[in-house]
Amino acid sequence: MAAYILRRMVSAIAVMAMVGMFVFLLLRLAPGDPAAIIAGKSATAEMIAGIREKLGLNDPMPIQFIRWVRDMLGGDFGTSIFAGRPVLELIGQRLEPTLSLSMLTMIVSVTVGVSFGIVAAWRAGGLVDRMLSAFAALGFSVPVFVIGFFAIYWFAINLHWLPVQGYQPIGQGIGPWFDHLILPTLALSLGYIAFIARITRASMLEVLSEDYMRTAAAKGASSYAMLFHHALKNAGVPILTVVGLCFAYLISGVVITETVFNVPGIGRLTVDAINNRDYPIIQGVLILASGMYVLVNLAVDLGYTLIDPRIRY
Amino acid sequence: MLMHTTIANDVLLDVQNLETHFYGDESITRALGGISFQVKRGETLGVVGESGCGKSVTALSILRLLPKLTAKTVGGEIRFHGRDLLKLSEREMRGIRGNRIAMIFQEPMTSLNPVYTVGHQIAEAVQIHTKATKSEAMAKAQELLRLVRISDPERRVNNYPHEMSGGMRQRAMIAMALACSPELLIADEPTTALDVTIQAQILRLVVELKERTGTAVMFITHDLGVVAETCQRVIVMYAGRIVEQASVVDLFARPSHPYTQGLMRSVPDRRRGRQRRLPEIPGIVPSLREPIVGCSFAPRCPFAIDICREKTPILRDVVPGHGAACWRAEEVMGA
Repeated sequence: MAAYILRRMVSAIAVMAMVGMFVFLLLRLAPGDPAAIIAGKSATAEMIAGIREKLGLNDPMPIQFIRWVRDMLGGDFGTSIFAGRPVLELIGQRLEPTLSLSMLTMIVSVTVGVSFGIVAAWRAGGLVDRMLSAFAALGFSVPVFVIGFFAIYWFAINLHWLPVQGYQPIGQGIGPWFDHLILPTLALSLGYIAFIARITRASMLEVLSEDYMRTAAAKGASSYAMLFHHALKNAGVPILTVVGLCFAYLISGVVITETVFNVPGIGRLTVDAINNRDYPIIQGVLILASGMYVLVNLAVDLGYTLIDPRIRY
Repeated sequence: MLMHTTIANDVLLDVQNLETHFYGDESITRALGGISFQVKRGETLGVVGESGCGKSVTALSILRLLPKLTAKTVGGEIRFHGRDLLKLSEREMRGIRGNRIAMIFQEPMTSLNPVYTVGHQIAEAVQIHTKATKSEAMAKAQELLRLVRISDPERRVNNYPHEMSGGMRQRAMIAMALACSPELLIADEPTTALDVTIQAQILRLVVELKERTGTAVMFITHDLGVVAETCQRVIVMYAGRIVEQASVVDLFARPSHPYTQGLMRSVPDRRRGRQRRLPEIPGIVPSLREPIVGCSFAPRCPFAIDICREKTPILRDVVPGHGAACWRAEEVMGA
C-alpha cells in the first residue's frame, strides 16, 4: 500500500510536470508578446525591451522554465499583469465562493443522485425509475447556463424567492450565503445528479441480482439493510469512479455557473484573465486545477480499497 | 392422498398442493405443478431429481425468496407449525427467515457478500433475530465457526470470503444458517460446487450438526448416493411434481416409479467396476410451458400404456408409507 502511494506520488509529479510544461508553453507560444501586452498600447520599443529584460524573457526557454517552476515551488506564481498583485493572492481572494459552490454542488449531487439511483434500481420499471430516465435525459441534454437562466427568471425574477445573482461571504451569515448559493448549486447540480443517478441505478441493478443478495434475504434482512448495507457497498466502485469524474467536470461547470450568476470566484477570475490575456493568472489557475484533479484521482483510487477489500495495490 | 393431510404432532412443515409459476415474456412455466409433502421434526428429508425438476423452486417457494417480478406461488399452502407461510406479512416472514427456517445455497463462491468479513455476515444473522450487541454477535460468530470445524476461528472471523477456500466458505454459510438454531434447515445442493473430498466433509458436517442440534433438514440434491448417506425419507421430483416418496430404505429396496428406477440405474456402481456404459433414461424432460396431458414421464417410460398418456396419475400409497405417482406402480415395484 505505502509503495503504491509512493508510486502514485511519483506519477503525479510526472503528470504535473507535463501540465506545467504545457502551461508554460501556452504563455510563450501564444500569439502576441507578453511584454508588449504588459507595456500597453502606447509603449515604445525601449519600454518593451526593458520589460523583456526584467521578466527574463530573453533567456533560453529551458532556463525560463526552470526558473518558473522553482518560483512556483517557492509559492510564487507570478504577478498579475493587470492587477499588478501576486497571482496566489488573487486566487486566494476568490477561493471561498468557488469552494462553497463546488462543495455544495458535490454534496447535493452525490446524496440526491445516489438516493435517486438506489430507489430507481429497487423499483426498476416503476414510476420513480421512469421519472428518473426522463429527468436524466433532461439533465444531460440541457446545458448549465440554460438551466441557470431559467432558474433566475423563475425563482428570482418572477417569484422573488431568491437573489438574482452575486455572492455573500459566509462570514456575513450562513443565511444570506446559502440563499445566494441555492440557484447556482441547483443549475450546476442537475447534470451531475442525472449522471450519478444513472450509474448508481445500473450498478445497483447488477448487484441486486447477485447470489449474496439472496443469502441476505434468507437471513431475514430488511429491504433497507439489503439495499444500503449489502448492495450499496458492492455497487460503490463505479459510483465512486463517477463522483471522481464529476469533480473533473466541476472545473468547467464552475466557470460557466459563476459567469451566469455573477459569482466572484475562480471561474470568473479565469474568464476575466482570458479576456485580458492575463497569462500569469491563467497559468496559476490551470496549475492549481490540475493539481486538484490529480489529488482527487489519487483519493478515488485509494477510496476503492476502502469499499472493496479485494482491491489491494 | 387423504392420509398425508392428517397432521400429526411431529409434523414441522406441511406443504399442500404447492403451485409456483414463472412468467416469461410470452409464456408461463409451471415450475411446480401442485406438490404435497411433509417434513417431520428432526428428520432429514431428501429431495431428489434432475436439473429443472423444481427442487430449488420448492425451497425458494417455502422461504418466499422467488424473484418477485418473474415468479409467483399461485396456489397451495405451506404450513409451518400449522401457520400458512403464504399468508404471512413480509415482516412476519422476515422473522422466520434465518431464524426458524434457514437455507444454505449451492454456490459458496458467490453466496457470501464479498465486501464484508465472514464474521460480520454471521453476526448479522444473530443480530437480526436476537437483541445481541455487536460484540456478543461477533463472539457468537466465532463460536459458530468453531462449531462448523473451521480451524483458527479467532482469525477466520475477520477474513473476507475471498480469503477462504470453497469448502471453508460453505462451512461459513452453514454457520450462518445455524446462527439462530433454526428448526428447519434447507440445504440446496450444498456440495455440488465442491471437490469430491470436500463434499464428503461437508456432508458429514451437516449430518453431525443435525444430530447435535436436532434441526430438521430438507436436503436437496441430484445425487442418490448423498441421499442414501444422509436422509431418512426421500421425495423424488420430476417435471414439477413428486413422483415417488418413501423412506430411504424402502426407496432403494423397492423403487416404485419408473423414473426412480431409471435414476438408480444411471448411478455408477463402484463395486461392479467399469464394466459397461451407464444406462441413461431415453428422451428429454418435457417443457413445462404447455400443460402436460397424462403422466409427464410417459414419453420416456418403458412401462407406459394408454392410460398414462391420457390421465395424470396422482401420488398414492403403493404400500403404507411408500407413495408413487404411477398407474402401474405395483407392477413397476415388482419389476
